[in-house]
Amino acid sequence: MTEAAIEVRGLVKRFGENVAVDGIDLTVPAGTVYGVLGPNGAGKTTTVKMLATLLKPDGGEARVFGRDVVREADDVRGLVSMTGQYASVDEDLTGTENLVLLARLLGYSKKAAAARSELFLETLGLTAAADRQVKNYSGGMRRRLDIAASLLSVPKLLFLDEPTTGLDPRSRNQVWEIVRAIVDQGTTVLLTTQYLDEADQLASRIAVIDEGRVIAEGTKGELKASIGGGSVHVRLRDSSRREEAATLLAETLGADVQRDADPVALTARLRETRTAGDDAVTELAAHQTGVALGELARAGIIVDSFSMGQPSLDEVFLALTNRPAVSEEVA
Amino acid sequence: MTTQSTTSPELSAPRTDELAKVFITERPPRPSAWSASATFGWRALLKIKHVPEQLFDVTLFPIMMTLMFTYLFGGALAGSPTDYLQFFLPGILVVSIVMITMYTGLSVNTDIEKGVFDRFRTLPIWRPAPMVGYLLGDGFRYAIASTVIIVMGLILGFRPAGGVTGVLAGVAVLLAFCFALSWVWTMFGLLLRSDKSVMGVSMMVVMPLSFLSSAYVDPATMPNWLEALVAVNPITFAVDSVRGLMSGEWPGTDLLWLSILSVALVAIFGTATMRLYNRK
Ligand SMILES: Nc1ncnc2c1ncn2[C@@H]1O[C@H](COP(=O)(O)OP(=O)(O)O)[C@@H](O)[C@H]1O
Ligand SMILES: [Mg+2]
Repeated sequence: MTEAAIEVRGLVKRFGENVAVDGIDLTVPAGTVYGVLGPNGAGKTTTVKMLATLLKPDGGEARVFGRDVVREADDVRGLVSMTGQYASVDEDLTGTENLVLLARLLGYSKKAAAARSELFLETLGLTAAADRQVKNYSGGMRRRLDIAASLLSVPKLLFLDEPTTGLDPRSRNQVWEIVRAIVDQGTTVLLTTQYLDEADQLASRIAVIDEGRVIAEGTKGELKASIGGGSVHVRLRDSSRREEAATLLAETLGADVQRDADPVALTARLRETRTAGDDAVTELAAHQTGVALGELARAGIIVDSFSMGQPSLDEVFLALTNRPAVSEEVA
Repeated sequence: MTTQSTTSPELSAPRTDELAKVFITERPPRPSAWSASATFGWRALLKIKHVPEQLFDVTLFPIMMTLMFTYLFGGALAGSPTDYLQFFLPGILVVSIVMITMYTGLSVNTDIEKGVFDRFRTLPIWRPAPMVGYLLGDGFRYAIASTVIIVMGLILGFRPAGGVTGVLAGVAVLLAFCFALSWVWTMFGLLLRSDKSVMGVSMMVVMPLSFLSSAYVDPATMPNWLEALVAVNPITFAVDSVRGLMSGEWPGTDLLWLSILSVALVAIFGTATMRLYNRK
């Protein structure tokens, strides 16, 4: 493995009595998207702010490309950019003015700053809104401008704190596209999110944090495999045979079978708990499912459709914390 | 949290395939301390350009104060409004500009609230630059307000014995003092939670200080204990310095004290501001 972009050992941050970050360890490989997944109040923003030199840790240590975030804060600032959870662009200024301002602060000459801001606005599809005050931007436009502002410096490491919270699905997809393109350019991205599918879509490794601690860490496959072999969904032709089918599935799969709201549907959760890689688990599950379907056919129960899947990160979260992930409702 | 739609027709999709172009890897050298501060000053001017209403405070308020006091008290205090104006104009000039310095704390506080500061603080620039930038932008406002007040004074019959040189010297001394004083407000802007409390605290400091000074009436007419109090009020040093310069005298002692005071304000409150800024 190449040099780690972030190394965090025992990081702690207290706000009075409240321990917001309670001994977090993380290692983020360079050149990847690393997802920090956790519900509201888990300590994601606080962690990111410490890594971006905005908050001083109360304990532990953190290094960004080998530089200590406290003792070598100025060096770290030269390598990172942050797009905060709350838009960190100036509402009173126009899009162009915001970018020119930052480019000047990064040391670009007046001319170079203007050219660079134009190029960024164009790349992120904001040219038409360049001369409008940011306060008149939509949420998605604001996010993009914010990301553009972070990219001006060509950071080696980019922090994106809940980049799509509150965005409509289309804008969310566009932000995802931008994130993928950024990583293709070699920048490491640390992304926090409360959305399980977002981490699933973008991140190669994920840390699940809750109440200021890392409660699970690994690749998506590892996380999913750590809690089970996935689930099998079955739809029957005849709802009157459902009880019979449930018993059969429970026996052959050795799984918990859940009666769905739909009167002809059943979900079996495979209880395989080995921590093997994705493939091994999937193969085993496929084999078991084949056997179970055979049993149903032999009993004369007609199956209209079936599908099998890995557990969702939702299920991962539930299994890890014994409570569902509380995502902030998006109105 | 609300979802805003991005259905505005002119918003085009991001061109992620073009992203490689913007990722040129060489970075320019860091800007100098002065260049970074001047850039923040430019930002303050842009804000005035986009929200020109904020200039009402620095123009209408002083006009109102000058008119009100000149005609309300002028006759009683000095025999006639014009006579009073010769004494009062430098006083109201100092008080008005000192009042305006409070807005510095407000702008600092709103910026923090909105998260813009977080970005500035992750930039590898000279740390006090954003603060100095505010003060540079504010210097522009002070200059506008001073011009408005002096021009109005001249129209109403203010005839300073110090001439153009005396008036300009007075304004320059006042601006230097206000630059030092503003660090008190930047500190409050960082320390207090809401813009309302920033305004409240600032008012509580400035209001009594400006009234218990030599701005409105000659301290010699006050009871002894009050005169003693007024004599050590920083605003009094500022008023007496400006008044002296504008009337063509050399207020040596007042200027000396004012300078010591200004240096002390920057040393104490400038340091406190930067400490809070780094810790936030
Ligand atoms: N400036 C602060 N002062 C006091 N408490 C804070 C502050 N910032 C965050 N907290 C608390 O720390 C905890 C973690 O917050 P945060 O890092 O914002 O979580 P997340 O970003 O995961 O939603 C929460 O309990 C929050 O109330
Ligand atoms: Mg957060």
